[in-house]
Order: sequence, then C-alpha cells, then structure tokens
Amino acid sequence: MELDAIFTASVFASAIRLATPYIFAALGETFAQRSGVLNLGVDGMMLMGAFTGFYAVFITQQEGTLSEPLSLLFGVLIALIVGGLMGLAMAFVSVTLQAKQGISGIGVYLFGLGLSELLFQQWVGTPKSVSGFPRITFPILSDIPVLGEIFFHHNLLVYVAFALVPISAFVLNRTTFGLMIRAVGQNPEAADAMGVSVARVRYATTTIGGMLAGLAGASLSIALINLFQQNLTAGQGFIAVALVYFGGWRPWAVAAGAMLFSFVNALQLQIKVIGLDIPSEFAVMAPYVITIIALVFASKRQEQPTALTKPYERGE
Amino acid sequence: MTNNLLPTGHEPIDKLDMIGIVKRFPGVLAADKIDFDVKSGEIHALLGENGAGKSTLMKMLYGLYHPDEGRILINGAETTISNPQDAIGHGIGMIHQHFMLVPSLTVAENIALGMKSSRGLRLDLDVVSRRVLELSEIYNLKVNPDLPIWQLAVGEQQRVEILRALYKGAALLILDEPTAVLTPQEVDGLFRILNQLADDGHALVFISHKLHEVLEISHRVTVLRDGRRVNSIPTSEATRPKLAEMMVGRPVLLEYEKNAADTRDDRLALDGVSALSNRGTVGLDKVSLRLRGGEIVGVAGVSGNGQQELAQCITGLREATAGKVVVDGVDVTNAPPARLNAMGLSYIPEERMIDGVIKEFSVAENYVLQDHGHPKFTTAKIFMLFRVIREACRQAIKTYEIKTPGTETLVKSLSGGNIQKLVLARELSRAPGVLIAAQPTRGVDIGATEYIHQRLLDERDNGTAILLISEDLDEIRALSDRILVMYEGQIVGEVENVDVDIERLGLLMTGGG
Repeated sequence: MELDAIFTASVFASAIRLATPYIFAALGETFAQRSGVLNLGVDGMMLMGAFTGFYAVFITQQEGTLSEPLSLLFGVLIALIVGGLMGLAMAFVSVTLQAKQGISGIGVYLFGLGLSELLFQQWVGTPKSVSGFPRITFPILSDIPVLGEIFFHHNLLVYVAFALVPISAFVLNRTTFGLMIRAVGQNPEAADAMGVSVARVRYATTTIGGMLAGLAGASLSIALINLFQQNLTAGQGFIAVALVYFGGWRPWAVAAGAMLFSFVNALQLQIKVIGLDIPSEFAVMAPYVITIIALVFASKRQEQPTALTKPYERGE
Repeated sequence: MTNNLLPTGHEPIDKLDMIGIVKRFPGVLAADKIDFDVKSGEIHALLGENGAGKSTLMKMLYGLYHPDEGRILINGAETTISNPQDAIGHGIGMIHQHFMLVPSLTVAENIALGMKSSRGLRLDLDVVSRRVLELSEIYNLKVNPDLPIWQLAVGEQQRVEILRALYKGAALLILDEPTAVLTPQEVDGLFRILNQLADDGHALVFISHKLHEVLEISHRVTVLRDGRRVNSIPTSEATRPKLAEMMVGRPVLLEYEKNAADTRDDRLALDGVSALSNRGTVGLDKVSLRLRGGEIVGVAGVSGNGQQELAQCITGLREATAGKVVVDGVDVTNAPPARLNAMGLSYIPEERMIDGVIKEFSVAENYVLQDHGHPKFTTAKIFMLFRVIREACRQAIKTYEIKTPGTETLVKSLSGGNIQKLVLARELSRAPGVLIAAQPTRGVDIGATEYIHQRLLDERDNGTAILLISEDLDEIRALSDRILVMYEGQIVGEVENVDVDIERLGLLMTGGG
C-alpha cells in the first residue's frame, strides 16, 4: 500500500484549509438553529458573500484605490454586511412574517444563487482572480517539521475560523445572550414570560448566521480559491446545515464534524493526485456518504432546540 | 413601611385593585367590566369554568395582554403594565399552568434567564445559585440549583417556578391552576407553601375550577362566568353547592345517586400485558385485570404511569409485547381496532382533539367516523347516505344535549365539553359491551361533566363494562365500584370504593404504598 503517499502533511494542512468555510457557515447556522430558526439559505448567503467580497477586492485592487491588505479587509467587511443583510431578510420572513422556514430558506438560497450569478456576469464577465489573503508564517513555529506545515502555514481567515469555535461555545454557554438563545430555541413561551424578546433574539442570531455565511463565502473567493465563478460554493452551505445536526448543536462538535468532512475531502483529492485505482466518482461521493451515515446515527440530544422551525406567537 | 418588608427584602403590595377591566378578542368579550382586588396576606381564589375569563384577567395583570378599558391600581396608584418585565418590576409574579421552564437548562439558568447579570455580559450562575439556596432556606422550598429541569418531578418544577418569582421580588403571586398536575401529597405541600407566603405578607391569587381546593385554601372567592364577575364572597360564607351554582348559573348535582352494582359476566380480561412507552422504556409492566359487565372500574394514577399505554393496548392502538387481552372470551391481543369495534369495544380517548375527532370535519362526519361503512349509512358500502347520517346525528345532538348550530358545523368551533359529548354520543350509539373512557371530563366544564358522569352511570346500570382511566381522584371516587392504582406501569393496588382513604390512594399513586 501507499499509505505514506496518501497521509501526507499536506493532506492534513489542506483538510484544515478546506474546513474554514464550513466552520464559519456551520457556526453561524448553530446560532440560528439554537434559537429556533432553521436557515436553509446558507448556501445562497455564502454565494452572495463570496461574490460581493470578491468584487470589492477585485475593484479596489484593479483600480489601486486601496492597498492590498486594506482591499482584503474591505472585501471581508462587504461580505459580512451583505451576509448580514440576507440574514436580516431571512429573519424578517421567518420571524416577523412567520413563513415556513424550510421553504423560505430555499427561496433565499435560489435568490443568492441567481443574483450572485447575474451580478458576476454583468460586472465581471469571465472568471478573474485576485490576490487573496496571503499565507502567514510564524517564526520558529512554521519551521517545525510536519506540524509546522500542518498548522502554521495558513492565511488569516483560517485562524479566525478556528478561533471562533471556542468563542461561540463561550457565548452560547457562558453569557446571558447565549442563555437567551438556548431558552428561545427550546421554550419560547417561557423566555417570553421571563421578559426575553423572542423576536429580537431570533433576529440577532439569524443575522449573525448570515454574516458568518457571508464570511464563509468570502473565505472561498478571497482566501482559498481567490476567484469567483458561477455557483462557487457548490452546495457547501447545505453541508454546513447538515454539520450542525451532526454536531448536535454544539460548536466544538460541529467544528469536529467540519474537520472530519474536510479531511475525507482532502483525502479524496490526494487519491486523485497520486492516481490510485479507485474511480474518482466514488472518492467525490465519499464525504457526502459519510456525512449521511453519521447523521443517521447521530442520536437525539438534550441540546436539540425543540422549537426549531416553529414561529412563535404570543397567545392562548 | 420599611419595618414590614417581605422575607425576601422586597416591599409588599398592600392592595391591588383592578377596576372595570374590559378585554375583547375577535368575536368574544373575554372580560366584561370585571372588578377584582387582592390584599397583602390574603389568598384570593378566582373561580370559574374554562373560558370564564380567569386566565385572561390575570394575564392582563401580568402584562401578557392589555386591557381595552379599565384601570389597575397598586397601593392606590394607577399603573400601566405593558409587558411581563413591567409586571415583575412592580412585584407581580405568575406561576403558569404550563410551567414556563426550559427543560434542558438548569434551575439556576432558568432563574437567571431574562435577568441582568452582576458580571455584565457573562453569566453569574454561582451568584444566582447562592441566592436560590438562601431563599429555599427561608421558604423551606428544597431544590438543587444545578440540576436540569427535565430531571425534576413536576412538584419540584413548580417549586422552581415559585422560587423564581420570589427571587425576582414578587410581592403578589398569581397561580394559574397550580394543582392540575400535582399528586395529593404535592398539593398538600403546595398549600403549606401558599399559607406561609400569605402569612409572610405576600398577596396571592389562586386560579382554579376545583371547588374543594378553593374552599380549603382561600380567604376570599371571586366567581367569574362568561367574562363577567358573578360575585365575591368570603370563603367562610361559601359552600360547594353555592359556588357551583355561581359558576354554572344553575344548581348542579355534585354527588350522584348510585344504584348498587349489578355485576355480570367478565367482559374484558388482561393477563400479564406489557408494552413499551413512546420513549422505548417499559410503559406497561405485566398488568392483569378483570372487568365485568355492570361495573365501573376506576384506574387512578399520576399522569404518565402507564395509563395511556393501558388504554392503547386494550384498544389495539399499541402493540402488547407480552400477555393476553381477552374480550368476551376471545383472545384479541394486538387485534386491529376495526375488529375490536365490531366486537363492541368503544373508546373515549384521552386526547380528544387528536384521537377523538377530526376537528376540520363537520359534526355529522365525526359522528360516523367509525360507522361510515355501516349498511344503514351506505348503499353497497360505497355511497354514503348523508340524509340518513344527518338525521341520526340530529337525534344524537338532541339526546346528548350537544350545543351546536347544526350537523354541518365544523367540530373545531365547538367547546371542549360539547366535543366530548359528541365523542360520547358516537361511542355509546353503538351500544358497546365494553367502554374504555380515558380522562372523559378533562377540560370539560362542570355542567357537561355532570352530564357525562350521569351517562356513564346509566351505561353501567345497563350492563356495560366500563374502565374509567382518570387523574381526577374526585371523578374516580364519584363513579367507580372498584379502584385500581397505577404506578410506573404496574397496578400497585386495588380497593373497593367504600370509604376510601384518600391519603392511602395518594401514597399508592406515588409508589409509597
């Protein structure tokens, strides 16, 4: 066997990089779902974040209006704002108008898919690349054999994504805001009776979810792939939604799921590279099949937001 | 007033007045110029049927609804309460009928919810826990602040609710049907707490439709009917018949004349029947029982101790994993419901809105839900004879005194009592040999309850074998010839219904027999 050729340091490093958009999007979705809002529009929000972030960087770099680092931060900011606005729209539809969340989420997805494509064709035309977030190297750390390559040769957004995992866990479990989120997702009547505004909490979490989805998209278009094309995400947002279930609504487990998925994905790429005699279609399917199997066996948990997808209305 | 603070350190509410309160919902006048007041140190009972306006009135005091007209005065000063936070700020707390607790959160987290933390954005659960323990010491309300709610018994959950209200400084406590989910022992415990709270200077509003509880615990009673205040009287001047008449608007029979049981052959027998609960745990554990024609056997127990599984195993709606169910000498274990129906088994299900009727169907359609294929209602078993069905339904409406505009009215627009009468009419129209009645009067007003009880007794006298499953001990004692007590899926006791010791029943129900 050629195990040495398959499990190389670069496979682990690329697994970490590939996990970045999933972690952003899935953490955002965790907030939304914990409060009772199932946002199926994540992929559409990612696409919009990916395009607008890319376009902001593209324009400012092309015209030289901003220095390279500033243009990248500007792109991130735009992606956060656009994602946040789409989250706000999702919140308006599902919280204020109390629409069926499954359907409205798919609507948001199709909207994001279509609009990002339209704007891309109107404003950019053919795939063009930008110079994205550069890899950061650390003195000493990056030079450690194997570990240095795996952990210390990534761009800024990769580190931000992983830093968000403990931060999200802290916010959910140790802050008053997190307590409100958990209460609203499990028993909105109780939260309401205790003076917590169910609508305000759900607006906040869905908007945060949208911002992180936008950032997830931008991490693809200006940090990992550094270009935009039609349907750049290819359904990654839906995988992120599945990862939230997979991780049982807990940030650490959600991130672990994202890592597992990305690792299988990286492995699949590597197998293709070294030309093993496995039909590549199987390899491409593997991550998805593994996710589905894991979901089937994921048990029902205490953390499950029982009010998920249920609009809240005060009354008899 | 600083010298008579409450034990929590908060100011008491000496007097609260609600004057001329009006609340309209689309098509209903839920509160029609109601006056109500409560004083410090007093337990004031608010009595009325379902829909009389009790909860609506109190939800306005707690800021969940807003009155269309009328004034609220706290210690003589006019006050507007626009939301629950306002109410809490004014020292008003409410214990809801369905507990307002989040099951996955701990006691301390539930109490901290919606409150400012002493650490800003970070939670201060240790501070909350310490204060909870302090308060539970003062009021003798034992709880462990670190346990999640789902691990607590119902009575403990209620204590958490009360503690939370006290924690937030409640001087006035509204308790909405607080005994509905409790065992007799837990009710005693609750009443001790309420008396202590009143002695300490709290003002309490006790919402109930149970007469004996109101007589036992309150100092004053206000009776509401159809959104209007009927009267307010000191409890010392109240009697059960008097209160019942005020509630219903006519004299009500509270005790039934019962003929001696004329028991006949065995109609239903269970032999070591076991079944799983919805959660996959043991729901029913080797239950055996005999039911003869002409008797009512009551099954008492706290909710969730296997009563539902018992009814479903007998009626073919849940798979029995062991044992035998025999109807009229025929083994019908796990037989389909249609076959059981044909053998003369009728069932009044516990969840009438889910299992008893299809609420989007008309009264007539619901009336023939089971017998739609009966030769008298169809031609060639295919074409329904709606004229005949409507006529039969009209008869039933008359016989069973069902209040409905007509046979084509949708069932969802009828009241709970009338829906239950419709279910009863349908089940009894087939002259059953065996009747399984699960919670037949839950949520049903006194008038309809009286009627349903009377019909069940008539059926018994006609020789029907009736299994009455109920969490209402008064109902069990009023109707049954024998009483079985269920606990954790088993029958833990059987007593003849003569001079039953209610304390002993309560002990059996909680596994302490």
